[in-house]
Amino acid sequence: MGFPKINIQGYLLRHLQVMLFSLGQLWRQPLSSLMTIIVIGIALALPAGLYVLLHNVEQVSDQWDDATQISLFLQQDVSQDQALALNKKLNTWPNIASTHYQSSKQSLEEFRQLSGLGSLLDSLPSNPIPAIIIIHPNDKDLRQDAIGSLLSRLEVLPEVEQAQLDMEWLQRLRSINKTAQRGISILGLLLSLSVLLIIGNTIRLAILSRQSEIRVIKLVGGTNAFIRRPFLYTGFWYGLLGGLIGWATLLSSLSLLNGPINELAELYGSQFTLQWLSASLLLSLPSIGLLLGVSGAWLAVSRHLNDIEPQ
Amino acid sequence: MINFSEVYKRYPNNYEALSGLSFQLAQGEMAFLTGHSGAGKSTLLKLIALIERASHGQVLVNDQNLTRLPKRKIPYYRRKIGIVFQDHNLLHDRTVFDNVALPLIIAGESHREIGRRVRASLDKVGLLGKERNLPVALSGGEQQRVGIARAVVNRPPILLADEPTGNLDPDLSRDIMQLFEQFNQVGTTVFIATHDLDLINTLPYRQITLDSGRLAEGNL
Repeated sequence: MGFPKINIQGYLLRHLQVMLFSLGQLWRQPLSSLMTIIVIGIALALPAGLYVLLHNVEQVSDQWDDATQISLFLQQDVSQDQALALNKKLNTWPNIASTHYQSSKQSLEEFRQLSGLGSLLDSLPSNPIPAIIIIHPNDKDLRQDAIGSLLSRLEVLPEVEQAQLDMEWLQRLRSINKTAQRGISILGLLLSLSVLLIIGNTIRLAILSRQSEIRVIKLVGGTNAFIRRPFLYTGFWYGLLGGLIGWATLLSSLSLLNGPINELAELYGSQFTLQWLSASLLLSLPSIGLLLGVSGAWLAVSRHLNDIEPQ
Repeated sequence: MINFSEVYKRYPNNYEALSGLSFQLAQGEMAFLTGHSGAGKSTLLKLIALIERASHGQVLVNDQNLTRLPKRKIPYYRRKIGIVFQDHNLLHDRTVFDNVALPLIIAGESHREIGRRVRASLDKVGLLGKERNLPVALSGGEQQRVGIARAVVNRPPILLADEPTGNLDPDLSRDIMQLFEQFNQVGTTVFIATHDLDLINTLPYRQITLDSGRLAEGNL
């Protein structure tokens, strides 16, 4: 069986013709088409841009994750020998990568240098600063709960006064991030919906302005599919071009941000550079636009086509 | 070819446009549909073109029972009927060529076949030189010829016309009628609604006269 080859070619050719015809119609009303396309582009670029920024914040906080360390403040009455023995013992624990012992004297010196309060310290009768052991946990992406259990095991050691993990702010940042992510998802959803409605409404107006033409086509035997096709391709072009405009908006906004962000990173002595859109996101913006365009057009056409009948 | 039996058409406001109408039109026949306005001429044509459906009774066209034809098959049914309108129903942003080509494009004909048949059709109505014009650049009579060319371009077995000469002067009307006669002579069934009695009384074709939705006295 199978279809004759020429028919399939003819079918594709007709689709191509309608596709170009729809593009030509947009071209014939450049101003109104452009405005619609830009609105769609901005509506798509906004959530995508926020997503990129959020993605970058996540990268930064991931970098900080490597710097996770536990400061073990030792009891005042622990001797240096005891402390060194503890240091050695801790080094053998499986989930500790390395430890560093710093005597109370060294700590005092460090504090003196960094704080500039040397003369005040001299006036104290004894050294108030305890010896510390700085611990780097083993697993780089050590989970929160694992870190927590390590922390509680360290805290109960008799030599230890206090074990401190400076992670709380990181956790807060993470949950702020999570909140922002959800917010951006909701925003993206709402803006996608508005793109759908914008395209739907634009197509609806196009249908209404061509009512008499649709009637004539129905009278000479045009099927609904035939009448639907140019409108679907109009939606296709709106979506695709809107997606490309959104993409361009996003790239130019990010390149505007790139300079200041690099400066900022340099000031903080950080290696951070703005992560650009991943290839998949670059592709997804026009494809999401295209999908929204065709579905918006489909909604409008299926809603209005049956109302227009020859009289 | 066209067979009405006991056809009623009642509109939602209870107005009965056709009341038990029965008549037949043979294949290859040419006939006029007359009657005062409101007699049901337009309704009758709308039933044949499946723009409306009968409330009761049976309409057979081309051996197809229109009362039972599903909606999705209507486009394919309409491709076998050429319709000419009083107000032409042309697309004003397309050239004469594109207007006439429309039924062929819809039917998915090849590019070459479309060009060939559109030119043949325009040649028949005497408008071969005006392919590239927009309809507004043509006179009323010429626009009606474009409408006729479009109606016959895919060689339908039935040609319907609703007041095709309604806006034309007598000379142009006579030309248009001659055109319809030519199509009839090559085998097309032609059915024309008109109230131009002066013109059709000079022609040797059957007249089906409606009066209040029924056949008027004196019809065969």
